[in-house]
Amino acid sequence: MNEERLNIIKEKLNGLGVEFYDVNGTPGIIASPENVLKICEVLKNEGSISFEQCRDTVGVDRFTKKNRFEVIYSLYSLKYRDRIFVKVIIEDNKKPETPTLTNLWKSVNWYEREAYDMFGIVFTGHPDLRRIYMPEEFEYYPLRKDFPLMGIPGSINLPKK
Amino acid sequence: MPHTVYEKLKKNDPSIPKSKILEALESQDLSLEFNDALENEMVLNMGPQHPATHGVLRLLLSLDGETIKKAVPDLGYLHRGYEKLAENMSYHEFIPHTDRLDYLQPVANNIAYTLAVEKLLNLEIPERSKYLRTLSAELGRIQSHLIAYGTTVMDTGGLTPFLWAMREREKILDIYDMYIGVRFTTSYSRIGGVAQDITDEAIAAIHKFTDEFPGYLKEMRDIIERNRVFVDRLEGIGYMSKEDVINYGITGPILRAAGVDCDLRKDSPYLAYDKVDFDVPTTTESDSLARFWIRFEEMYQSAKIIRQCIEKMPKGPVNALSPKKSLPRKEKIYTKMEELIYDFMLINFGQNPPVGESYSAVESSKGELGFYIVSDGSGKPFRTKIHSPSFCNLQAIPVMLKDSLISDSVVIIGGIDPVMGEADK
Repeated sequence: MNEERLNIIKEKLNGLGVEFYDVNGTPGIIASPENVLKICEVLKNEGSISFEQCRDTVGVDRFTKKNRFEVIYSLYSLKYRDRIFVKVIIEDNKKPETPTLTNLWKSVNWYEREAYDMFGIVFTGHPDLRRIYMPEEFEYYPLRKDFPLMGIPGSINLPKK
Repeated sequence: MPHTVYEKLKKNDPSIPKSKILEALESQDLSLEFNDALENEMVLNMGPQHPATHGVLRLLLSLDGETIKKAVPDLGYLHRGYEKLAENMSYHEFIPHTDRLDYLQPVANNIAYTLAVEKLLNLEIPERSKYLRTLSAELGRIQSHLIAYGTTVMDTGGLTPFLWAMREREKILDIYDMYIGVRFTTSYSRIGGVAQDITDEAIAAIHKFTDEFPGYLKEMRDIIERNRVFVDRLEGIGYMSKEDVINYGITGPILRAAGVDCDLRKDSPYLAYDKVDFDVPTTTESDSLARFWIRFEEMYQSAKIIRQCIEKMPKGPVNALSPKKSLPRKEKIYTKMEELIYDFMLINFGQNPPVGESYSAVESSKGELGFYIVSDGSGKPFRTKIHSPSFCNLQAIPVMLKDSLISDSVVIIGGIDPVMGEADK
């Protein structure tokens, strides 16, 4: 993304109090669950920015005492052919919650289900927040750092021999 | 004595625990009433073991007669937890696992992963290996599109084109065998370069292949292009509007069939794609037939790119000379002290990239294949997220299936061309 376009984005997001970070050459925006909806509305609907596609949602478990969970949205602009990341840092470790973006991009539906399945991050307002890979009765969140690599014996009911 | 249990159940004998299914059955009025024959809905389970789902995709279809009213995909039957595995092994160790993601074109996965790691490590690879990777990735694209071509025609009832496609695919596997050493699970790309240089024998075989391939493609086109059975089965099936395609985050041939010329090879060129000349075919019909022909046209373009790679490929080393990031050659490990030390350090402790995040994506045959890697500075990635195009494209299946006939579901799944190894990770 060139400097000029980044400046336009910075200008439009001026009042929302956002910080920028760098993903190895691609710009990223640090947001919180409170302002992520407003930021993404501007990013999608503003004509001079126009990120039409949300291509991925990455959940991260930092395993720290504070700000443990992060959700990173990967947005792509078909008009300008560039990418930006929006990172939502969730403060609450016990009940990680962030608003869903399904109203803006329909594609987010499954990506957020995946993040919920793997990390237990609850996306409030999601129309269909079910597990996507693991069985529905599975109690744990496998990509959290405190879940062992070998799994937990007996956590999945297998048919008896 | 037969029926005793059932008799006891009927009398509500409390000594026998009632199963939930029986309870549910008895609570219902078992006599079916048909007020209006057209209003009766039925739920059909399709898959996970179904030849047309191209893997272990499970669909729950809600039917009204033969029309699909609603479809709910169910994933996870091939979930092996690769993202968890990646966190527990070094960057090098994960390369063979990427073969198993999109198993129809393993090379493209190797390349996408190593590109992401190299971007994280700030490692520049030699020019020759860029061309070698481009060439291998395009062979992989043909390999994958041939399967898409063959299975789509086979799903609609034609067996001959499938055999022709497999014959051509066999040649590509033989070429891999010549310069990679493996036919299928290639693991060709390495961090800092490729596993080994290409041989003259393989170059001759690729020359022969690219000379003959457009002729065979023409044959493959001629046999079905004006075949009425085939065209009628695909035309107008699985339509999705351009706005929907964009909003559902779809990439690859499906997006290009909707009239958006989005191709990462052109938009943000990686490897040697800015030095070769090729076109990005697009149409605006956005149905299964358009997707089919987009894939077909891409095979011509891939053959063109392969040809140019062979001609333009410079001489030189294929591995970056960066001892702390790239593995040294095997023959040097056995003869030189420094290389032995570097090899020991890399194998045991891995590369130590700077703390940070990195994302790199390539255009695979199905769409954007990317890896988001979070590094904490140690030899293992803190988090590896696989952005697999099949997973994202499958999300559109309920939209495409809505109000289509049940027999068309086979064609629609073929039009998306999902690989469940990749979608389930």
